[in-house]
Amino acid sequence: MAITSIKNLKEFSTNNDRFEGAHLLCPGCAHSMIVRELMNCTDDNLVIASNTGCLEVSTAVYPYTSWDTSWIHIGFENAATAASCAESMYKARKKKGTLPDADAPVKFVAFGGDGSTYDIGFQWLSGAMERGHDFTYICLDNENYANTGGQRSSATPVGAHTSTAQAGSTSYGKKQKKKDMVAIMAAHGAPYVAQLAPNKWKSMAKGFQKALETEGPCFINTVSACTTEWKFDPKDTINVTDLATDTLMFPIYEIIDGHELNILYRPKNILKVEDYLGAQGRYRHLFKSENKHIIERIQKDIDEKWEFLQRREEARI
Amino acid sequence: MSKGLEGNDNRGARELGAEEKVGWDQVTQGVVLHSFVGESENSAFLKPEEREYNDFNSYTATVASWRIVKPVYNRDICIDCQNCWVWCPDTSIISRDKQMLGIDYDHCKGCGVCVEVCPTNPKSLLMFGEAEETETALANWPEKKKKEK
Ligand SMILES: Cc1ncc(C[n+]2csc(CCOP(=O)(O)OP(=O)(O)O)c2C)c(N)n1
Ligand code: SF4
Ligand code: SF4
Ligand code: SF4
Ligand SMILES: [Mg+2]
Repeated sequence: MAITSIKNLKEFSTNNDRFEGAHLLCPGCAHSMIVRELMNCTDDNLVIASNTGCLEVSTAVYPYTSWDTSWIHIGFENAATAASCAESMYKARKKKGTLPDADAPVKFVAFGGDGSTYDIGFQWLSGAMERGHDFTYICLDNENYANTGGQRSSATPVGAHTSTAQAGSTSYGKKQKKKDMVAIMAAHGAPYVAQLAPNKWKSMAKGFQKALETEGPCFINTVSACTTEWKFDPKDTINVTDLATDTLMFPIYEIIDGHELNILYRPKNILKVEDYLGAQGRYRHLFKSENKHIIERIQKDIDEKWEFLQRREEARI
Repeated sequence: MSKGLEGNDNRGARELGAEEKVGWDQVTQGVVLHSFVGESENSAFLKPEEREYNDFNSYTATVASWRIVKPVYNRDICIDCQNCWVWCPDTSIISRDKQMLGIDYDHCKGCGVCVEVCPTNPKSLLMFGEAEETETALANWPEKKKKEK
């Protein structure tokens, strides 16, 4: 596989972007930062599938496409289905000898939002992982159904206000915990699974390259800060993501072959979760005195998860 | 109105499998938009100025009207770190051969991310009103800020 140099940003920047401007994502949207990085970390041909969601509706507004590679739009549940079946078709045609250029290197990638990945496309993703296709699934996790007005998903964390889990006099927002999708994907025995964030561009590019190079189904959950639904100023997308990784709200780690866990980023100064929550309008209500215990609960969950990840890493099992 | 049991004129008109079949690997469903004119090459090996963009490519469109503020670039202070390049969500930082060349104002939405991630002191990118002249902006560039203790 032709991976590009990610030694430093200067070298990385010599890549020719294959994701074009004048898409219609909100100013400051992290989805496109993540997509650009994926497309820049290899020179191979890419076959990309996106299901319905902000990324898809904003990058294929007829008569325009923002994709310079092969790109398939498919229904909400089926990013994994489209990418995995394109991969099967490619293999079959290679065998039949009906490909115009059978030696051209090509990688198959699927992008799905958290709504489609954690909820509505869950069984199709699980199926594609189990069938063992050679593809990489990337979830753009903005923790809500952003494209339809910010409904809660099973990726929405405790305490967040969403349009269907509203904060008010009788509610502090979402009550249920975020689903641990990374663990679920690792439990499929996938050869490479990771959680990555665009503020840590190098570990993200490394993880993307590993996933593309690894034969078999790989899954990556990426933190995608959503200025509109998380309610912060568009200029602060990377600042908010920094807070997400430095409070360990979003730990950065990989799991190889379903068990070998490596932590990829250890903050020098672990910040308190208040710093992250306070930077976003969707958590504003948690700072009222009656909701203080929710912040404590969130911090406790983070501490326990970090302890768990470190022990898993140490155990080397 | 329903035609009832008679059915439509074309009901059952064709013998199943009589026509020439299209193979499963030849079907093209839906709408196909071609990003480039003619046979597509892998654009990873072509700089934007070397590509033959099709009218369907959003590269040929502009979102400049979304902006009310714009980033202005000051070459004198820039260290070509490429932070702005990697984090611009709109592919609007023009970098060639490890050098930052400027901003693509057709595709920049004025989000301000590039200014936030610029590490120089003073910053090499700053936001100004959309109507501000570049020369005026550069003339009013702030001095180096003392580090806060
Ligand atoms: C089966 C189906 N149900 C509902 C919808 C409507 N719908 C379109 S996009 C979307 C939300 C997408 O959320 P997510 O997957 O998290 O992506 P995001 O927009 O947040 O990036 C919904 C509910 C649909 N297109 N198809
Ligand atoms: S709503 Fe959120 S995810 Fe969707 S385009 Fe806007 S910032 Fe991006
Ligand atoms: S303001 Fe936003 S869109 Fe414009 S160049 Fe800077 S980062 Fe890119
Ligand atoms: S972030 Fe600032 S210093 Fe770095 S390349 Fe961009 S303008 Fe230059
Ligand atoms: Mg979402």
